[in-house]
Amino acid sequence: MAKILMKGNEAIAEAAIKAGCRAYFCYPITPQTEVAEYLAKRMPEVDGVFLQGESEIGVGNMLFGAAATGQRAFSTSSSPGISLMQESISYMAGAQLPVVLVNIMRGGPGLGGILPAQSDYFQSVKGGGHGDYKLLVLAPSTIQESVDLMMLAFHLADKYRNPVLIIGDGMIGQMMEPVEFPENYKEPPLPDKPWALTGASGRKPQIVKSLFLDPLMLEKNSQILNEKYEQMKKDEIRFELYKVNPKNEILITSYGTMARICQTAIDDLEERGISVGLFRPVTLFPFPEQQLFKEATRKNIRAVLTIEMSMAQMHEDVQRVIMGKTPTEFFGRTGGVVPSPEEVIDQIVGLLDKYSGKKNTKRSSSKSKKA
Amino acid sequence: MPTVIIDKNHCKGCELCVKACPMQVLAMSKDITVKGYLYAKLDDPSRCIGCRICAVTCPDVAIEVHVNGTVFALFDY
Amino acid sequence: MVDNSKTIFARPESMTENVTHYCPGCTHGIIHRLVAEALDDLGVRERTVGVAPVGCSVLAYNYFNCDFLEAPHGRAPALATGFKRLRPDMIVFTYQGDGDLASIGGNEILHTANRGEKITTIFVNNAIYGMTGGQMAPTTLPGQVTTTCPSGRNLTDTGYPLRVSELLSTLATPAYIERVSVHTPMHIIRAKKAIRRAFEYQIEGRCFSLVEVLSTCPTNWGMTPSESTKWLNDNMVPFFPLRLFKEPETTA
Repeated sequence: MAKILMKGNEAIAEAAIKAGCRAYFCYPITPQTEVAEYLAKRMPEVDGVFLQGESEIGVGNMLFGAAATGQRAFSTSSSPGISLMQESISYMAGAQLPVVLVNIMRGGPGLGGILPAQSDYFQSVKGGGHGDYKLLVLAPSTIQESVDLMMLAFHLADKYRNPVLIIGDGMIGQMMEPVEFPENYKEPPLPDKPWALTGASGRKPQIVKSLFLDPLMLEKNSQILNEKYEQMKKDEIRFELYKVNPKNEILITSYGTMARICQTAIDDLEERGISVGLFRPVTLFPFPEQQLFKEATRKNIRAVLTIEMSMAQMHEDVQRVIMGKTPTEFFGRTGGVVPSPEEVIDQIVGLLDKYSGKKNTKRSSSKSKKA
Repeated sequence: MPTVIIDKNHCKGCELCVKACPMQVLAMSKDITVKGYLYAKLDDPSRCIGCRICAVTCPDVAIEVHVNGTVFALFDY
Repeated sequence: MVDNSKTIFARPESMTENVTHYCPGCTHGIIHRLVAEALDDLGVRERTVGVAPVGCSVLAYNYFNCDFLEAPHGRAPALATGFKRLRPDMIVFTYQGDGDLASIGGNEILHTANRGEKITTIFVNNAIYGMTGGQMAPTTLPGQVTTTCPSGRNLTDTGYPLRVSELLSTLATPAYIERVSVHTPMHIIRAKKAIRRAFEYQIEGRCFSLVEVLSTCPTNWGMTPSESTKWLNDNMVPFFPLRLFKEPETTA
């Protein structure tokens, strides 16, 4: 299939259709409303269900009801809206329902702003709702990757009977890039869905619920969920290394579009003889812990620099994983401010001074050729 | 003759049926069920007209009504 | 047993054999039976999905012989919407209390009704929060004592009881909305007709249907079951008139 120039939000919407999803519930919120506007036209073309709810609370719970049919359904929103959906997400995780959610993050907290940010890492990865549950969290950095991960998300949701969350930031939603959708898309086999509510004809009634008043039953349910998360940690970790090699002096960890900005900085520094590698987690849960530890504790790495569009959230996980074996540093802008490659370069050069002792003559941040 | 069967295990002794019976043929037991409830029972079967009002008003579906021959239906239900 | 006896009243097939957890004399059980009888009479049990609320009737799924979905507090209409939109061929009903529907779920029921979702809502109004032990609900009556208005509901402080059926019947979208009660056999018989009619509209795919059912709560009202039916009659019925509010046939 030829490449098409598409806006991120629309590419995500079309990817859902290509993944066989025929139900979408939405509520308008910048910067992701184009997903809804696209699907308002597209879903009817494929006899799908499109419905705008009264609020994200309504939408999250419509999604809950739709998922109980066993059919694929998804919803997208942005930070404040995702906060309103946390209750239904916790219920869907507890009731073990496959569903896909997309958070095109914007600056927070509160009404915050409408520009790109990554301040919802904790909410996404540590569980934004109540109870012992996790979401499988995927973080694309390009529009093509958003398409690929969106289609993967539906597969993983069915595979694990668990909500899957894709978090992009405003740039993922608003940027236009050429994308390609796979020709005759085939998925590996998936478990069937005997639990789906199809009507008690010829079988005993079935209940989709998360209430377990008997504490032993509720504990059992949480243990079942936990086994899935352990399985995810074994089988679903995804990450990308960029120019990681024994010459690296600094290792950057960053995800999403922030990682792409770091790549530009890395290329620029390379031309000036400074070798920096990038470790980019694609799955934020399950977090690539051993893989990061292995790269971060190589002898040639003087420090690990986490760069996020937030006030240091993934940074806490990086520190937890590295356990001080290598010095860890953080650089971040937030509120919708997107760091430039030059800012990243300044940070790197600063770190080289701090950790190498001798003055670094190449201190002046030259204009980046490829920004 | 109509008969009313009250399931002791479902009855919670709320007495709504006893009060609703137009013929006042139901009464509460003297002994209690395994759950500690007094239960309703048919005190005077001969005067029961099989009107089903006791079964209609029972919140626990503890009452079945059987008749033979024609039944005098006060209402359709 | 008499050999040619005929059973003229028995447990509906759509109801399980389980003894309910409801308090003695609580009329939830009656309403459950009326819904189950409607499912039996209309022959839809095998393609019905109930949506349980949070409240006393959260355990409704133990008493119905059909598939069930358990909603977060107040969200049942949204779950029903999502489900019904994907499975319009199935019969979907929500069963909700007054705390669930009129308080936290107010916005959900308002928009579900306004969209005209082809589902059925059984709204049980007992003027109090039952499961949590008798707190004031939006439908608690003026002066009624509950654990969170211990000196009686103060209207200047908390406003008047909320009349849901009247509220929803002002919506332009066609619907069937009726308020009934189950505090006497005669009222139960009328309630049965209304509940059946609500499901018939859904089977026809005609309109949104809601039946508000006044119900007792002996334990939290602090009365015997029969006193509760009398209190309901003397206090709730005057404030919540029992009548048909809206039907699709006559909507403008």
